[in-house]
Amino acid sequence: MMGSSRLKLSRFSYHLLLIVVSLIMLYPVFWWLGASLKKNSEMRLPTLWPQTPMWENFTKGWSFSAQYTFGHFFTNTLMMEFWSVIGSVLTSAIVAYGFARLNFRFRGIWFSILIMTMMLPGQVTIIPQYILYHTFGLVNSYIPLILPHFFGGAPFFVFLLVQFIRGIPRELDEAAKIDGASVYSIFARIIFPLLKPSLVTVAIFTFIWSWDNFFGQLLYLSSIDKYTVGLALRMFVDQFDIQWGQLLAMSLISILPSALLFFLAQKHLVEGIQTTGLKG
Amino acid sequence: MRIKHFISRKTSLPSYLSSDQEIQTKPAVSTSKASLRAGLFRKRTKRSYENNLAGYIFISPWLIGFLLLTLWPIAQSFYLSFTQYSLLNDPTWIGVNNYSEIFLKDQVFRKSMVVTFTYVLFSVPLKLFFSLMIAILLNKSLKGMNLYRTAIYFPSLIGTSVAVAVLWRNMFSLDGYINHVLGWFGIHGVGWIANPHTSLWTLILLNTWQFGSTMIIFLAGLKQIPQDLYESASVDGAGRFGKFIHITLPMLSPVMFFNLVLEIIGSFQMFTQAFIITEGGPINSTYMYALYLFEKAFKYYQMGYASALAWILLAIIAILTGINFFVSRYWVFYESDGRGSK
Repeated sequence: MMGSSRLKLSRFSYHLLLIVVSLIMLYPVFWWLGASLKKNSEMRLPTLWPQTPMWENFTKGWSFSAQYTFGHFFTNTLMMEFWSVIGSVLTSAIVAYGFARLNFRFRGIWFSILIMTMMLPGQVTIIPQYILYHTFGLVNSYIPLILPHFFGGAPFFVFLLVQFIRGIPRELDEAAKIDGASVYSIFARIIFPLLKPSLVTVAIFTFIWSWDNFFGQLLYLSSIDKYTVGLALRMFVDQFDIQWGQLLAMSLISILPSALLFFLAQKHLVEGIQTTGLKG
Repeated sequence: MRIKHFISRKTSLPSYLSSDQEIQTKPAVSTSKASLRAGLFRKRTKRSYENNLAGYIFISPWLIGFLLLTLWPIAQSFYLSFTQYSLLNDPTWIGVNNYSEIFLKDQVFRKSMVVTFTYVLFSVPLKLFFSLMIAILLNKSLKGMNLYRTAIYFPSLIGTSVAVAVLWRNMFSLDGYINHVLGWFGIHGVGWIANPHTSLWTLILLNTWQFGSTMIIFLAGLKQIPQDLYESASVDGAGRFGKFIHITLPMLSPVMFFNLVLEIIGSFQMFTQAFIITEGGPINSTYMYALYLFEKAFKYYQMGYASALAWILLAIIAILTGINFFVSRYWVFYESDGRGSK
């Protein structure tokens, strides 16, 4: 009996420790929630919640720019996200199928190269890429931000899907082949539908990563009417007299889509990362 | 090859490498007679022509992207690094002038190197340490573990966004929230961001706060350690600490290595936070290398010079990664080959 009560105690302290760690990690976020409702003068007070919540921080912040509301910036960003996700999901699956199931010459070499590009610093390619887009008059459009997603998405996604396809029994392919199916219809009818769970992971990470691809957006989008949410926030910060409450309120709204997606598909994501043991 | 080896080991899924070798060694087996080999080759080619075609059709999206947006730009940026180029007129060849200017004269380059190396030197070990400790803490089957995992991972999900950079900028300012909390303990805080001695540390702290994704990788690694190792160690009388040193650490070393390599590469390229929170200042104390490169290229339009900066960054990352791979022989433990530590 001694043992079990000691076990209980340690379990209790274990929970306590985890709760403390979680609270420390999330504390800035809690503070953020409160701060988004504060007046500028209240901002520096260590209270979590303001005395009178300024809900107008949200409405005023929403239309801080005289020209456009955040609705406009959200529409821009979501439009860009839509095409990025479509491109990423479709092409990463196609490429992954090629690497995972088909034998072709130099497959090993190409795959090694693909893995190596994961480690390549983007700075080495960014200047010529910019020049390329500039030559075709595509700077200040969404094309440079969307197009790369149609080239297999991030190499990481291809790698993730290759691992996943390798886990699908080959008997399925073989059976379809005996029925006279080509590799293309095997992909379209058998493998692609089975990939659905990992494709959700791909879609969500594409969404979050493009949302946070501030560097790319800063580089390629120059006119305000094309601004994304991230660029709009930066414009907000650059103002002379920053209304912090409004700015933090808008910042909070700007992470909502990513956070919502994450919580909806949370279980999915963590498993997706764990099966490959790779970075998220 | 080592990368591949290492990735297939890490995932403990069917090794890509092994299935590859099968294909490649087949012609090599029929060595002795050249004619036979040629005949076999021709047959193989015929038979696999369709396979080859299908394979290349499937990987073509990636392949085109790779050639167009990676390989060609790499070559071009190498060429540009020996030129003077401003996007308006054609590049003019100036030999190694960019490089000699950078290494011999450019004070800002030196400053940004020091800043970036300091950042990497502190934020990578801190992040790895915290993520490993918390992963071990979370590697237990308890009720509600999922909730804790999500809570701790959440900062990493949002951490690289502009929004969090904005939050940080506010919290660490002179009359920001952090100083008020410190005030409770009688500490008079400084303007953490406006002070050149502390500004870089706010960025290091921000990066450390986002240890969630490395933690999840550690967690995946921990889950793959066979439990019977611990059991037999218990039989041998090993304590908790002994098990950690002799089982957990060696078994986790491939994952540790993987995280280390990727974190170093990632940290060298930190941009958004430095751009939004500190704007490189005060007095260049947070002038990260990626920020310097960005301004050279797209603010001053010195694209040749910036390309040289980019190649120096690539060289640094390649050398560090190479050293990492080399040193890994002495501390990374792979079950199958028995090399590595203890």
